[in-house]
Amino acid sequence: MLTPPSSRRRLGRPVSSRAADGVVKRIISLSGVLAIVILAAIGIFLGLNAVRALHDVGFWTMATGTEWYPTIAEPRFGFVPLLAGSAAVTLTALLLSVPVSIAAALFISEFANRRVKDVAKSIIEFMAAVPSVVYGLVGIAIVVPWVKETFELDSGLSALSGAIVLAFMIAPTIVSISEDALHAVPDELRQGSLALGNTRWQTSYKVVLPSASSGILAAVMLGMGRAIGETMAVLMLTGNAARIPGSLFDSVRTITGTIAAEMGSVVQGGLHQSVLFALGLVLFSITFAINLVADLVLEKQRKRWRR
Amino acid sequence: MVTGPANNGAKGSFDLKEVSVTYGSETAVAGVSMHIPPCAVTALIGPSGCGKSTLLRCLNRMNDELGNATVGGTILLDGVDIYGKELDPVELRTKVGQVFQKPNPFPMSIYDNVAYGPRTQGIRRRAELDEVVERSLKRSALWGEVKKDLKKHAFELSGGQQQRLCIARALATQPEVVLMDEPASSLDPISTQQIEDTIAELKEHVTIVIVTHNMQQAARISDQTAFMLRESMEAPAELIEVGETRVMFTNPRDKRTEAYITGRFG
Repeated sequence: MLTPPSSRRRLGRPVSSRAADGVVKRIISLSGVLAIVILAAIGIFLGLNAVRALHDVGFWTMATGTEWYPTIAEPRFGFVPLLAGSAAVTLTALLLSVPVSIAAALFISEFANRRVKDVAKSIIEFMAAVPSVVYGLVGIAIVVPWVKETFELDSGLSALSGAIVLAFMIAPTIVSISEDALHAVPDELRQGSLALGNTRWQTSYKVVLPSASSGILAAVMLGMGRAIGETMAVLMLTGNAARIPGSLFDSVRTITGTIAAEMGSVVQGGLHQSVLFALGLVLFSITFAINLVADLVLEKQRKRWRR
Repeated sequence: MVTGPANNGAKGSFDLKEVSVTYGSETAVAGVSMHIPPCAVTALIGPSGCGKSTLLRCLNRMNDELGNATVGGTILLDGVDIYGKELDPVELRTKVGQVFQKPNPFPMSIYDNVAYGPRTQGIRRRAELDEVVERSLKRSALWGEVKKDLKKHAFELSGGQQQRLCIARALATQPEVVLMDEPASSLDPISTQQIEDTIAELKEHVTIVIVTHNMQQAARISDQTAFMLRESMEAPAELIEVGETRVMFTNPRDKRTEAYITGRFG
């Protein structure tokens, strides 16, 4: 039924509109609940499949074991080499990516003019859209030979190669979320600082950057979550030796790389498969925790400007 | 000509000659010529959108930061052209401070807020900073309320306290002039009263140029008043009348000024 807009405004919302409101509200809250249910289901599914591993091998044996030989007669299922591999690649990638990404975000937010800003943002969006296997190919073609020659190694397939490519892959996440946080800093603060005789640069690092610090921290953590979870590129670039690395030039195998590489060749319902599920559960818990903390930090940041 | 008390040789006087402000192709303010005396309060009044804030921002070159504004004419601060080539706007802003419409303390402690400007100027010694912070907070009449807790985060202060903190912050660089853009418009009457009292004391040592919507406020606190008006949407804003506040509010020369201050429009 059609109601002229003017009469609708005068008489308040008609009953049908209120009913529609209720339906929409229910659909939205249902989607929210569904997201939580799916997340819980993933956790439970991983847990159920990992039961055998937890029972036969034991959590501590896996968590503290330093050897990963899953296919020999008496298999060893120690996660430590894999955790170390993931940690080496992830932390190095962060170390390489964070300073440059934050600087880029600061440039886009505080110094770039409209046109440069638009171009930079498109490039960053594009970087996020490139499939990770393509990053892997570029890494094999360029980064691996470069690392091999520069550091005079026998093979360029190393933690460092994986980390360099990963640094590019997590940059879009860190740049765009940091840029949001910087953008959210009220303009009055910038003007207040400029009016006190500070240059734009002084204003940026003394007022804007500290004001956005929690958002930037969240950006780094989300980048870290992405780095830990990344599979294909690291699988292609790190050489995949499941040993505790002595240096960044050693070949490493990450948690994700292990699951992806071995899941296809295990016996269905076998112990090895169950251990891989347990490994998946560990990865799930780590990324879940990182994202949760990042979200809490971001929420705190949002509240800060809601004065 | 209006002069403040005991200001022989005092610094912080402006002379504006045919000042205009253009945004792109649109002229916002045109042909403003006036003298702003040192150690006195000059109020800029007029209806919304009449270019008061725009003119105010010319005086510390904050218009430079807002993109495409072009300022014409000359503005002299104590005889020096502030748009001259040899003058650094960043340097200028340490002499001409600004207090904004909405309190804008930085997200840091009270102490760090006030010490922000002096630190930029290179003051590092703790004792010296302590002294500047105390002196500035005393002058903005906030010292008594915060002296026990200078480490407190600025956001924990009330709106009125935050605005007085911002005044202290502006005073800490020891400016000759403080520009105020409707500093009390977001505050309650008691806080407004405190800000006005502060202004009355400040003018002993600094020049104050204040934009205000509130004519009673202009009448209460200012020594000189300038009335600005934009007569149509197409025309730029102009300075209609400038003179001693007492005279202007009792015996305005211009019919439009009279109409405005008696509340017939605006």
